[in-house]
Amino acid sequence: MADKAVMTGTYFMNGDYACCEGALAAGCRFFAGYPITPATEIAERMSRRLPELGGIFIQMEDEIASMSAILGASWGGVKAMTSTSGPGFSLMMENIGLGICTETPCVICNVQRAGPSTGLPTLVGQGDMMQARWGSHGHYEVIALAPSSPQEMFDLTIRAFNLSEQYRIPVMIMADEVVGHMNERVVIPRREEIEIVGRRKPKVSPDKYLPYHPDPDGVAPMANCGDGYRIHITGLTHDERGYPGMDEKTQAQMVNRLIGKIVNNRDKIIRTENVYLDDADVVVVAYGISARSARQAVRDARARGIRAGLIKLETVWPFPEALIRDVAGRVRALIMPEINAGQMVLEVQRCAGGACPVHLVSHLGGSIIHPATILRAIEDSIKGKK
Amino acid sequence: MEGLIRSERLPHIWCAGCGIGTVFGSVIGAIQKSGYDLNKTAIVSGIGCTARMAGYIRLDSFHTTHGRALPFATGLKLANPELKVIVVSGDGDLLAIGGNHFIHAARRNIDITVICVNNLNYGMTGGQLAPSTPFGAKTTTSVTGCPEEPFNFCYLASACGAIYVARWTSLHIRRLTNSITEAMQKRGFGFVEILTPCPTSFGRRNKIGTALETLKFYHERSVIRNDIDPKEAPIDFGNNIVVGKFVDTERPTFLDNYQLSCKNLIGDWPDFEGTIVPENQAG
Repeated sequence: MADKAVMTGTYFMNGDYACCEGALAAGCRFFAGYPITPATEIAERMSRRLPELGGIFIQMEDEIASMSAILGASWGGVKAMTSTSGPGFSLMMENIGLGICTETPCVICNVQRAGPSTGLPTLVGQGDMMQARWGSHGHYEVIALAPSSPQEMFDLTIRAFNLSEQYRIPVMIMADEVVGHMNERVVIPRREEIEIVGRRKPKVSPDKYLPYHPDPDGVAPMANCGDGYRIHITGLTHDERGYPGMDEKTQAQMVNRLIGKIVNNRDKIIRTENVYLDDADVVVVAYGISARSARQAVRDARARGIRAGLIKLETVWPFPEALIRDVAGRVRALIMPEINAGQMVLEVQRCAGGACPVHLVSHLGGSIIHPATILRAIEDSIKGKK
Repeated sequence: MEGLIRSERLPHIWCAGCGIGTVFGSVIGAIQKSGYDLNKTAIVSGIGCTARMAGYIRLDSFHTTHGRALPFATGLKLANPELKVIVVSGDGDLLAIGGNHFIHAARRNIDITVICVNNLNYGMTGGQLAPSTPFGAKTTTSVTGCPEEPFNFCYLASACGAIYVARWTSLHIRRLTNSITEAMQKRGFGFVEILTPCPTSFGRRNKIGTALETLKFYHERSVIRNDIDPKEAPIDFGNNIVVGKFVDTERPTFLDNYQLSCKNLIGDWPDFEGTIVPENQAG
C-alpha cells in the first residue's frame, strides 16, 4: 500500500478499527491507553499501526496516566488520542478538565458500555452522555460526537481531531459497544479527499506572544513546547499570559472565553442529519446506535402512513438547541430513544420548552433498542396515548 | 540566573525559611551548567508548593494536575524526544497520589530528570501526613504522632530501575547542583531527592522547629555515603541522615527499546538458547 497512513479502499471492518484508521488519517501519531472492554481493539490496532508510521503507542499504567500523557504529547506538537469505556472514562475526568482549562487539542473515544460501576462490560450502554458534558468539575463547554456506524467511527474521528485543533479542546467521541464491535462496510477515501485541520501557530515573535490571547473567533494560536516561545501552562485560573490570577475578574474572563469559544461557534460545530422534517407530525431525535433503530422505525412509520421524521445527532455537545426549539413548535411530539434512564432527553425537553410533548424510549443497557419499540412510541404519540 | 526567572511573577508563594527556593536555585544552576538549549528544555510539575517552581522559570513550563506530572512528562518527551524534560515535585505529589506513575516511569526508563523536594509533609494544604512523614511526627492529620512508616524514596527509585539516584539536603547546594546536572546529562530516569525544611507546616508542630534548627540538624546529622545500596539508607532521624549519590548506571530507555520493537528486533521470549545453567544442575 502506497499510503500507510490513509488506507484508501473499501473494507469490512469493526467500529473500533475504523476509529483507529480515522485517527491515523487525521494525523494522529500518539496513542496512550489502557485495556478496557469494549474499547481494547482500538489500543490493539494502534499498537500495530503507529510503529509503521513513526508514531508512538504506549500502554500506560491506568486511564489517569493515559489522559495525562496525551495532553503532554499534544503540547509536544503531536496529534494525540486515547480510548476507553465507562470506568476508564471516569478516571480521565480530572485531566479532561485540565485539557479544557489549558486548551489542549486531543481526542478521547469512549466506547460506552452499560453502567454504573463495572456494569455490563461487554454489552452496550449510552449512559455516559451527561458525564461527557459535566463529568469534570467546574463550568465549561465541551464538544462530543456520536457515531452510529463503523463508517461514522472513521468519519467522526477525523472530524473530532479537526474540531480539537480548530477550537483547542479535548473532543469526545461517544461511541458505544455495538458501534465499536459491529463489522460493516467502511470506505476510506483518498488522502486528498480528506479535510484536515492543522494547529494554528503564533504569528508573532516570542516576546509579543500571549498564549491565551484569542483571535476574533475566541481561539488563541498555540505554540508547542520546544518552539522557543517558553510558555507557562497551568490548570490554575490564568490570564492571557498563562499566568495564575487568583481573583474573580481573571476567573470570569477565562471561563467566559472557554464557554464562548464553543457557544459562539456552535453553528459551525453542530451537525445533524435531518430526515423528513418538512412535513413531520412526530420527530424522533436520536444518536449513536439508537439512531440506527430510530431510522428504521421512522421508515416503518412512513410505510404505515404516519408522517414521522428523524433528527440524527452527529454532534451531541454542544446540543442543537435552535433546531429542537424550531421543530418542537411544529410537531405533535418528539421522541428520544436512548440506552439509559433519560439523559439527552432532558435537553430535548428543555429546548422544546413545553411546545410539544417529549417522550423517552428508555433501555437500561445490555441490548439495542428494537425499531419496533420506537415505532410503537411513534404510533402512541400520534394517537395521543402518551 | 535572571534570564531564567519569570521576575514579573515575583514575589513567590514560598514561606520564609522554606527550602524550595534553595532547590529552585540549584535547578536553575544545573540547567545552565548542563548546556542544553533552553528553548528545548521543559519543566513539568503537578500540584503543591514544589510544583509552583514551574511557574517561576522562564522555560516551557507545565503546571498540571496533582500527581500527574510524570505521565504528562512521559507524553511530552515521547512526542518530542528532542526535549530535555525535568519534573519537579513534592513528596506527596510524586509518591502518594503519583506513586503509581513514579514506579512505572522509572520501570520504563523514560528519559526524564525527576527532582523531588521532600519536606516530610503536605505543606500547601497546611501540614498533613505524607508518605515521607517520619513515624511519630505530628501533623494536622496525625496530632498524636504519625502511625505510618515512611517510604525510602531512593530505595524505591532504585528498585524500580532508575538509572541515577541521589539524595541531598538543601544545605548541600554545590553537590545538589552537580547531581541535578549529572542526572540531566544521563539518558534515562534520573531521581534526585532533597530534604528541606518546612518550618510553617511541619517544623512548628515538631521538635525540629524553625528552618534554622532543621538546617542545623541536617548539617550535624547528614553523612555522605556515595555508592551505597539505597536500601541501607533509610531516612532515620534517630541516627545519621545518609545522603549521597547511590545509583549511577545505564540501561536502554523506553524509546531505545520502542525503536527496536518497531523494527521487530526485540527478540523472542523466553530465550531457551540462553547459557544460564539451572541452579539445581549447577556444580
